[in-house]
Amino acid sequence: MDQPQPMNLPMDAHRRSGAFPPEVIAQIQRTATEGHYEIRGWGAKRDLPTFDDLLFLTASLTRYPLEGYREKCDTSTVLGTRYASKPLQLAIPVTIAGMSFGALSATAKVALGRAASAVGTSTTTGDGGMIAEERAASRLLVYQCLPSRYGFNVDDLRQADAIEIVIGQGAKPGGGGLLLGQKVTDRVAGMRTLPAGVDQRSASRHPDWVGPDDLRIKIEELREATRWEKPVYVKFGATRVVNDVKLAVEAGADVVVVDGMQGGTAATQDFFIEHTGIPTLAAVRLAAEALRDIGMEDTVQLIASGGIRTGADVAKALALGADAVSVGVAPLIALGCNSPTYWQDGSDHDASDGYQALGTEAGYCHHCHTGRCPVGVTTQDAGLEARLDADRGARQVTNYLKAMAMETAALARACGKSDVHNLEPEDLRSLTLEAEAITGVPLVGRIAR
Amino acid sequence: MEPVILSCAELSTREINAALAALPDGASARVLEPRGRHNLAVGLSNRVRIDIEGNAGYFIGGLGDGPDVVVHGFTGWSVGENLQAGSVRVRGNVSECAGASSRGGTIVVEGDASSRAGISLKGGTILVGGNVGHMSGFMAQAGVMLIGGDAGDALGDSLYEAVIYVAGKIASLGSDARIEELTESDVRAVKALAELGGGSFGHVQPENVTRVASARGLYNFDALKDQKY
Amino acid sequence: MCGIVGLHLKNPDLQPRLGELLTQMLEAMTTRGPDSAGLAVYADRDPAPAGHEADPGPDQPGPPGQELRYSLRSDETIDWDLLAKRIAAETGRDLRVEPLGSDSAVFVSSAAETSFLAAVRRAAPQVTVPGFGRSMVVVKDVGAPAAICARYGIPGWGGYQGIGHTRMATESAVTTAHSHPFAPAADLALVHNGSFSNYATVRGRLARQGIRCDTDNDSEVAARLVAARMAEGADLADGLRTVLKEMDGFFTLLVTTRTQFAVIRDSFACKPAVIAETPDYVAMASEYHALAGLPGITGARVFEPMPEEIHVWSR
Repeated sequence: MDQPQPMNLPMDAHRRSGAFPPEVIAQIQRTATEGHYEIRGWGAKRDLPTFDDLLFLTASLTRYPLEGYREKCDTSTVLGTRYASKPLQLAIPVTIAGMSFGALSATAKVALGRAASAVGTSTTTGDGGMIAEERAASRLLVYQCLPSRYGFNVDDLRQADAIEIVIGQGAKPGGGGLLLGQKVTDRVAGMRTLPAGVDQRSASRHPDWVGPDDLRIKIEELREATRWEKPVYVKFGATRVVNDVKLAVEAGADVVVVDGMQGGTAATQDFFIEHTGIPTLAAVRLAAEALRDIGMEDTVQLIASGGIRTGADVAKALALGADAVSVGVAPLIALGCNSPTYWQDGSDHDASDGYQALGTEAGYCHHCHTGRCPVGVTTQDAGLEARLDADRGARQVTNYLKAMAMETAALARACGKSDVHNLEPEDLRSLTLEAEAITGVPLVGRIAR
Repeated sequence: MEPVILSCAELSTREINAALAALPDGASARVLEPRGRHNLAVGLSNRVRIDIEGNAGYFIGGLGDGPDVVVHGFTGWSVGENLQAGSVRVRGNVSECAGASSRGGTIVVEGDASSRAGISLKGGTILVGGNVGHMSGFMAQAGVMLIGGDAGDALGDSLYEAVIYVAGKIASLGSDARIEELTESDVRAVKALAELGGGSFGHVQPENVTRVASARGLYNFDALKDQKY
Repeated sequence: MCGIVGLHLKNPDLQPRLGELLTQMLEAMTTRGPDSAGLAVYADRDPAPAGHEADPGPDQPGPPGQELRYSLRSDETIDWDLLAKRIAAETGRDLRVEPLGSDSAVFVSSAAETSFLAAVRRAAPQVTVPGFGRSMVVVKDVGAPAAICARYGIPGWGGYQGIGHTRMATESAVTTAHSHPFAPAADLALVHNGSFSNYATVRGRLARQGIRCDTDNDSEVAARLVAARMAEGADLADGLRTVLKEMDGFFTLLVTTRTQFAVIRDSFACKPAVIAETPDYVAMASEYHALAGLPGITGARVFEPMPEEIHVWSR
């Protein structure tokens, strides 16, 4: 009698492809369905060289630590000493990076502003202009001048404490801003001079100048319009960092801001986020070298950003040569981004439904572009925005920034420094050959001759 | 009151702008010998009249919020950029990006403008008696442009809600820009704009201009539409 | 980051003032380039003997009386007279030395171009030849444009046309290697404002044709591309059309030959270019204020070249 033969199944039916893992298969399938690129929030998610690959050589027999609390470690930071008559005096070497009202809810902007004021640092407007609430909440506010010029006007320029000319950002150097129609509410639209509900397209070049020779003239214009009082920052996504830093300095920048590829965004094409710009670890080193090369390290300040998470990251960035760092995604997390709960009407509520509706869960969400932020941070929907309490949020971000500053100071003390700005590359060692090659910091185990 | 005289041969740009900013409303000034100087009369908010007697450089009258600036010559790039109120009038030609991102007020170019005139327009009025170059009205979001001569390639590329009137020929339209029927209200508007422009616009026949506006096809990303990238 | 200037005189009465006017224009462009500068200046030198107007080509010696001028530069101290004697001996042709500055000199010789250049390379590998030609002298140096013009006495130079370039260096060692003008063929000079985005590819293509660049500078690639086309028999306008076709990026180019002065901008026309023309001259600069001091400028026709339009003036 013929019996059906058992099938010879392959030895392992679950062999994962390196080139086509499930995530890539899903991405291709999504593109086949929708016909265009995926847009999302946050920064590069794949594994990249980070500050984790550097370690501190703290105290030893030949290097004495400072006692915590009693022996002061100064964290104060001044930005914009080169030309401006009113540089920014910050209490900590951490600032809040540019994020637009539009990308963020007004409540989020207010909470960040209050936190920054509480710890003595600055916030930054974004690709949409300045809202009155943020100006009121932030003691120090940096005003961005972007290619789109959405919301950019002279009155707000005069109210700002500093000006940041944005050439690009780490998530998408060479790409303009993006805000999908569902977040272009009447208020956002009004500020940006757009019809409500359109998918905002942004220019990738400035409308009135192109190139470093013209940037020099543009910086002069902005200084003339603000009586040479306000520091002018020039921010770019990390690509040709050495050239960009030198040219920005030559064009007259007081401060250069270098944003590495891990820098976040509220809405950008995934291919831009993951495949453009260089990691922050490399960018800081290159920028610091560039300033040293032209003898400007004591004249022009360097702000590093792009995936800065903790005081350890801050201290390492300072050791590599930055004067300050700027944080974006991290304070949003402190505010409630990716929190499984939200606080409303005096109690915690479960936010899982909100994440599930987006097809994700707390800890994995990067869906800022949808405007359906389950915790009210990156939404323009009044109902969702109500899930963010400004005071509570401000307290959380204040806690986070204070802790960050304390961590930075503690590491500096352990390296024998009474001022966090005295951290230097010699305080570090690299854990990997890659980090050594990228930063010039010697590999652990190398014997110095 | 006699106009205040400021000479670029003797004063730095900073000194000139400081002197202009200090003028009371109603005053006037003459800026002499500009010889291509950049950043004259920028960031001013007083209601004054400023005559720049000669050819000037970049960003003339930029970030303006009040003055009426007249340039008796030509200018470089980005004249009247981000203008909010008041006016900038240039008797001669202007270089690229005239009126870039201007939100209010009026920019009048009696001669020709170069490429990207009215780029990123945000509500201001730009009148050009002669021709404009390619990519004019690029990403113009709001406001109005009247072009007395011809327009170069890609007029109104990525146009939002700004309207562009052209008296002469259009070399080509940009993506999402289209020609629309002229209405009575358009004709009245063009008549008023031409009057505002003055003598260099005398040849403009309001009933015969072309109205260019957005087809609004790029307002929302739609994979199934044959959108131009 | 850089500025370019150029002046082509139509009126011979202005020739004694060429250097003075170029200096003024170059100094005005210091704002765009404070670290180094270069100039190519053309003057009627010894006229060619009758019947020998055409260039003999690089491998042929010139007829007696038809000489090429080689602008030489050395970063180390050098005895120019000694070098001259050696080159003369190697090429078998007499050589005149015209002083230029302490680290530069002009050698005048009727030797064939290829043998002369080879002799220089053998005798003094540290010497560079910024340019050569029947009428053209090229100066490149580091420092502020005003200082460079003073050092070489440029205000006293006469001639019928000149182009110049000021540069802001991004490499730490400011050398003249990356300075413009690039002058890879007799009497050909090019200055460039902007940034080519595919020059590495074009450089590779030229290398496969046997044409090597001396630097990794993007502008040099354009200069060699034009020179290569002209060596095949194309005229300057065709050479520039090749650049438009093959090279990508944003650029304004000012290119001169012994008899021509040409300006061209790419299709985006995002790099500035201002041209002023009177019956007496044509002048070009990145910004108008560099032209504001020229004689008769108030009556000049001032305009900007349109994208991809090639403007050529010929003697």
